[in-house]
Amino acid sequence: MNFELLGQLIINGLIIGTLYGVVAMCFVLIYKASQIVNFAQGEFLLIGAWTCWWILTQFQIPFFWGFLLTLGFMLIFGVVLQVLVLRPMIGEPIISVIMVTIGLSIFFQALMKWLFGVFVQPFPPIFATESINVGGLNVQPIYLLSMAISLVVMVGFAWFFKFSRIGLAMRATAFDQQAAQSLGISIKLVFAVSWAISAMVSALAGVTVGVVNGVSSELSFFGIKVFPAVILGGLDSIIGAVVGGLVIGVLENVAEFVDGQWLHWGNLYTVAPFYVLIIILMVKPYGFFGTKDIERV
Amino acid sequence: MAKMHPCGDFRTSYRTDATLFPTRISLYFCIASIIAACFAPLFLDIYLLNLAIQIAYLGIAALGLNILVGFTGQISLGHSAFFGFGAFASAWINNTTGIPVFLCIPLAGLFTTAVGMIFGIPAARIKGLYLAIATLASQFILQDFFNRAEWFTGGASGASASPFSLFGFDFDTDERFYFVALAYFVIMYVLAANLLRTRDGRAFVAVRDHYLSAEIMGINLTKYRILSFGVSSFYAGVGGALFGHYLGFVSVEGFDILLSIQFLGMIIIGGLGSVMGSVLGAAFLVLLPEIMEYLVGLVGSTSWGNIPAITSGLAYFKEMAIGLAIVLFLIFEPDGLAHRWKQIKAYWKLYPFSY
Repeated sequence: MNFELLGQLIINGLIIGTLYGVVAMCFVLIYKASQIVNFAQGEFLLIGAWTCWWILTQFQIPFFWGFLLTLGFMLIFGVVLQVLVLRPMIGEPIISVIMVTIGLSIFFQALMKWLFGVFVQPFPPIFATESINVGGLNVQPIYLLSMAISLVVMVGFAWFFKFSRIGLAMRATAFDQQAAQSLGISIKLVFAVSWAISAMVSALAGVTVGVVNGVSSELSFFGIKVFPAVILGGLDSIIGAVVGGLVIGVLENVAEFVDGQWLHWGNLYTVAPFYVLIIILMVKPYGFFGTKDIERV
Repeated sequence: MAKMHPCGDFRTSYRTDATLFPTRISLYFCIASIIAACFAPLFLDIYLLNLAIQIAYLGIAALGLNILVGFTGQISLGHSAFFGFGAFASAWINNTTGIPVFLCIPLAGLFTTAVGMIFGIPAARIKGLYLAIATLASQFILQDFFNRAEWFTGGASGASASPFSLFGFDFDTDERFYFVALAYFVIMYVLAANLLRTRDGRAFVAVRDHYLSAEIMGINLTKYRILSFGVSSFYAGVGGALFGHYLGFVSVEGFDILLSIQFLGMIIIGGLGSVMGSVLGAAFLVLLPEIMEYLVGLVGSTSWGNIPAITSGLAYFKEMAIGLAIVLFLIFEPDGLAHRWKQIKAYWKLYPFSY
């Protein structure tokens, strides 16, 4: 058994897992605030990454300013999308809501392919690329940075929902929409803010992955990988989303290791999370942290 | 004078409520349209026939999905995997056992039913969104299976499917295969329309409308949820088998999530919970890319024709049109084309005095 490789893979898994966690958090944020399942989450990453790439290569401005512009764009994008497309869907059955986000996801994916092509485009070099040694394992500094960013985002989320006024309003809305409305919380504002935050943080994750691997339409696959993570943690638990992301990230890499060492089936990296997902749903239908629905006639 | 359909609901017995043809005219209309469809190859060229065949096999699969989503209220994001499974199963049965193709197609449907019921097991416990994600997993697992099971699918090189033949007569050209597709289509359509008149079909609708009430009324939820998956997979399998024998070759690519979404798009655009709507939706999504191609051709002949982004972006325009159609229909016409059709009928029924 090759322990060094296993260790390396687990580290990779944790790093990619924190990114899954961040994206899953955005997904849960939208679900909690507006009861909308966003199948276009992966496209948010894609749009964010392409926008940032385009600004950087087109105008040759420093990364920091380009990134800020991207965040500004995503803010507007999230709000506009919510107002134009998702607001008319309030009160529609869950199938319609799921389908509308799926439709958006197809549309944006094709649009991005048309605008930017199907090939991987590398980001302009921003950070040093020589790998550093952590505890005997080689780690790229950009990975460490991405992990740090993810952690900062997670702490930011925690602070936002615990202490900020709008964050508290969002939690109240998630808990009981009518009661929140009667207390003077603007539901429209809460929905718009949740989509804007989700779009911005997804773009951050997209740019991070883009800087490491280059930007391509593969990024939108993150949006699908998020589902196992979210289901594992339960759809309406932000902590669950983070834990689920980490578990799925590690699981993928361990599955690849097991496959490479003994099974030789190939492709387990992509499929293993979905097997786990099916099993979890059979055993614990609401995930490990999700609230169980109790329905009355 | 033939019995007219009264304006309003004046049914007094369960028999009239469950009737397939409410008036004599609707029966004649139905028979006339089948006869007209039989003579279509005389008027349509190969290109249009090809589109008609596509509408037939995709329409069959969409009917199945509508039984699952529109009637039972369970969303499935893995329909194209079952469609693909049917295509491979039919080719495999035919190639290994030599059973004639026209028997292989329903057999493939039964195989797919079994697979669909296995993946439907999570549906016994979960619903709505969680179920959508579980079926998404089944899509990826089956797609991975297609890539891996070389004995079944031929792996990366694909499987060859022999053409449809009956008593030594090969249905190998588009004109001939059109009748095969039409026959299967009519049978499956009538079966689906009839399903809703039976106890099981009504149980499906009850499960959709309120599953707790349905259970209290004595409907076995687990049974009907899994059964619904089975029926829908049967339709997908038959549609897929027709697809396989039409092309003569089944490749592992193409049964991806995009096709699953297209199936969902068909029933959304056609109308959830409408048998005719599934077919209208299938026709819409088959014709939409052709219309896009025509439009791009039109633009290409004007002064914009030398912009490479427009002429080379056709594949992306087609995808964008599908996504946009789904979104726009959901916002502006959530009940789909079937609802529109009903409104047109109602308008003419009450013509001078419409309200």
